Amino acid sequence: MRIESAAAYDEFHRRALDSAAAHRQEVLVCCGTGCLANGSMRVAETFTKELQARGLTAEVGNFTKRTGCHGFCQRGPLVVIQPAGILYTQVKPKDVAEICEKTVAGGTVIPRLLYKNPADNKRVEHYGDVPFYANQTRVAMRNIGKIDPTDIADAIGHDAYAGLVKVMFEMTPERVIGEIERSGLRGRGGAGFVTARKWRACRNAEGEHKFVVCNGDEGDPGAFKDRSIMEGDPHSVLEGIVIGAWAVGAHEGFIYVRDEYPLAVVNLTVAIEQARQHGFLGTNILGTGFDFDLAISRGGGAFVCGESSALMRSIEGKVGEPRQKYVHATDKGLFDRPTVLNNVETWADVGAILLHGAGWFAGMGTEKSKGTKAFSLVGKVKNTGLIELPMGMTLRDIVYGIGGGIIDDRPFKAVQTGGPSGGCVPESLLDLPVDYERLAEAGSMMGSGGMIVMDDRTCMVDVARYFLSFLTEESCGKCVPCREGLKQMLAIYDDLVAGRGKPGDIERIETLAAGMQLGSLCELGKSAPNPVLSTLRYFRSEYEAHIVAQTCPAGMCRDLTAYEIVPELCNGCHLCFKACPADAITGETKKLHTIHQEKCISCGACYDVCPTEGAVRFYPKNRPAENREAV
Amino acid sequence: MNGQPCVNTAPLDEILARYPASETALIQVLQDVHRAYHYLPCDVLVKVAEVLDVPLAKVFSVGTFYKAFSLVPQGRTIVRVCTGTACHIRGANRLIEEIERLLKIKSGETTEDMGFTIKTVNCVGACAMAPVVIVGEQYHGSAQPAKVAKYLAETEAGHEN
Repeated sequence: MRIESAAAYDEFHRRALDSAAAHRQEVLVCCGTGCLANGSMRVAETFTKELQARGLTAEVGNFTKRTGCHGFCQRGPLVVIQPAGILYTQVKPKDVAEICEKTVAGGTVIPRLLYKNPADNKRVEHYGDVPFYANQTRVAMRNIGKIDPTDIADAIGHDAYAGLVKVMFEMTPERVIGEIERSGLRGRGGAGFVTARKWRACRNAEGEHKFVVCNGDEGDPGAFKDRSIMEGDPHSVLEGIVIGAWAVGAHEGFIYVRDEYPLAVVNLTVAIEQARQHGFLGTNILGTGFDFDLAISRGGGAFVCGESSALMRSIEGKVGEPRQKYVHATDKGLFDRPTVLNNVETWADVGAILLHGAGWFAGMGTEKSKGTKAFSLVGKVKNTGLIELPMGMTLRDIVYGIGGGIIDDRPFKAVQTGGPSGGCVPESLLDLPVDYERLAEAGSMMGSGGMIVMDDRTCMVDVARYFLSFLTEESCGKCVPCREGLKQMLAIYDDLVAGRGKPGDIERIETLAAGMQLGSLCELGKSAPNPVLSTLRYFRSEYEAHIVAQTCPAGMCRDLTAYEIVPELCNGCHLCFKACPADAITGETKKLHTIHQEKCISCGACYDVCPTEGAVRFYPKNRPAENREAV
Repeated sequence: MNGQPCVNTAPLDEILARYPASETALIQVLQDVHRAYHYLPCDVLVKVAEVLDVPLAKVFSVGTFYKAFSLVPQGRTIVRVCTGTACHIRGANRLIEEIERLLKIKSGETTEDMGFTIKTVNCVGACAMAPVVIVGEQYHGSAQPAKVAKYLAETEAGHEN
């Protein structure tokens, strides 16, 4: 049915709440990509069958709600029983009957399925009490995990499109832009450009034909917040886009989605169709006479297309090469028409800001970075997953509070943020409040919100080399400083990790970096040296170890590292034998194991699986046998 | 591409009918072609260029620029190893080596029987479960080199059914 007035929306909203209230309980099964990979679809199907077989459908409705990503992917599949708020982790289909019997019907908790807090080994019953969730504030991700992303009525019951209704019936476009300006909202794609400034420039640009574009080409490796938003709450994105289109006077828009995100395309397609049927998209939106429609454009798997001008070329069906930015997209963007392009998370924030007011949003965060920000907390941290926090929380609170610390309590080395355009923030800056300015001062950037935690077993020269190799592959090749600079830099790094580093390499890297920053055409090339420069700034001694002593302090560069088993400590558990991909380890259970150097490829698999501290150790390959001290 | 047998054009006609005959549709058409044929066959590209009225050189330019496209036939099952940052620091390299060893091909290559193609992907956005291997459509999180043979066997069995 089409909604054509504020009263009709309120009525629809009320009915959505009534139908939800008809059931006393709700079983939510996370069907985000992470949980799906762990088999959550079979868990959901088993629930539906079990609930029907046990006659519990009156209690919980006819189906199990399949939600988007709850964020705590590592513990998936996740199941939440509402309204009690009980969180079960790592649920298997065989657990479902017991959950139906004891929890849904019996009202009791099953301790073995609860999350166990590694800090005190205590089981946590409620969703909100798990430290991973307790310290979060969700705006862009407000409904993810609560709603079925393919059911618009469920979304409306959770206030989807309420911001749009308010805007269209109570506000002028100028006031909307003013409100966004006062909220302090800045681009969540990473660069942090002031959203309202873009909108105003586009509104004031000449020409009737304007576009709004949603950048869902989340290419930063290690970031997946946009994926989860598009998959888990596509309506929040659509609502923001329609508001933006109305504010700037655009009638056509595109959502550009990465090729690697098939589920996001499916859920967005369903959401767009449902939004059209309900009068939030298409002709005569909400009966106001405003027309706006939206199409999905699938990316082709090119990192550079996350750059706005390259992205627009790609939507036009062309090769995704950036262009110079002296002409702003808000004057001449997509098809040379005035265009506003914002990131998925930025669009998802818009509806909530207009519904709750600029003051509410600006009340969170720091002086210049307002509101909340989504991050993917991954790497060598205990609790990995997706989080949203007020700007200004310290890295320490994120890594050790929400993240629960480093895996196996190893020493912390760095957090990498901002993807290939960002940098590595060292331990000395753990108390850095995370916002746009502080990260930039530290030589990194916000980027897409990827936070990759690194421990002492991460080689910083290898990390810099990793990003160079990534960027060498992804450079579009249009301008020389980026294309050739990356290639030359990578060649130096290939030497460093292979023990062929020479004095002067660091200086050569710095010269190349300066040239690329100065001469590259787009931000991708200009920012490409950041991972290199930040690792040089904070971890220069690791570079020097590679060049002068030809050793890798982290033991990760294979050409520089050898492994051995310490006979006195080996208890013969046989795990290293099983883990070795090169058949370089001999030994039987409960007997001493030995690594045969002629076969060993120095991959370190034995070191990582060995449960006895110190039983497997690594040492510099070039050090004489009689003088082998672990690094 | 000489000597390559002409492919069945029925899926192509269906794809082209779905889009307006203009350059704007080029990437979307190529994506659907890739899905239908598992690569971009040469004679299909010629027809796409004709129908969309885009120079053939431009079609090739787009077809070679984007990573989603391949100009050579792909295996029935694509094994994608994520090499995003989180996967990299949690041992994606070891997974690639093990898959290469088992399938006796290098990353980017296809087995002789056209069963598997190994590809590396920059990031599949499942970083919380790093490292990740995707065999066909099946995601394997916290993947271990020792289990790679099992991941592959699951799909090979699927092929025989």
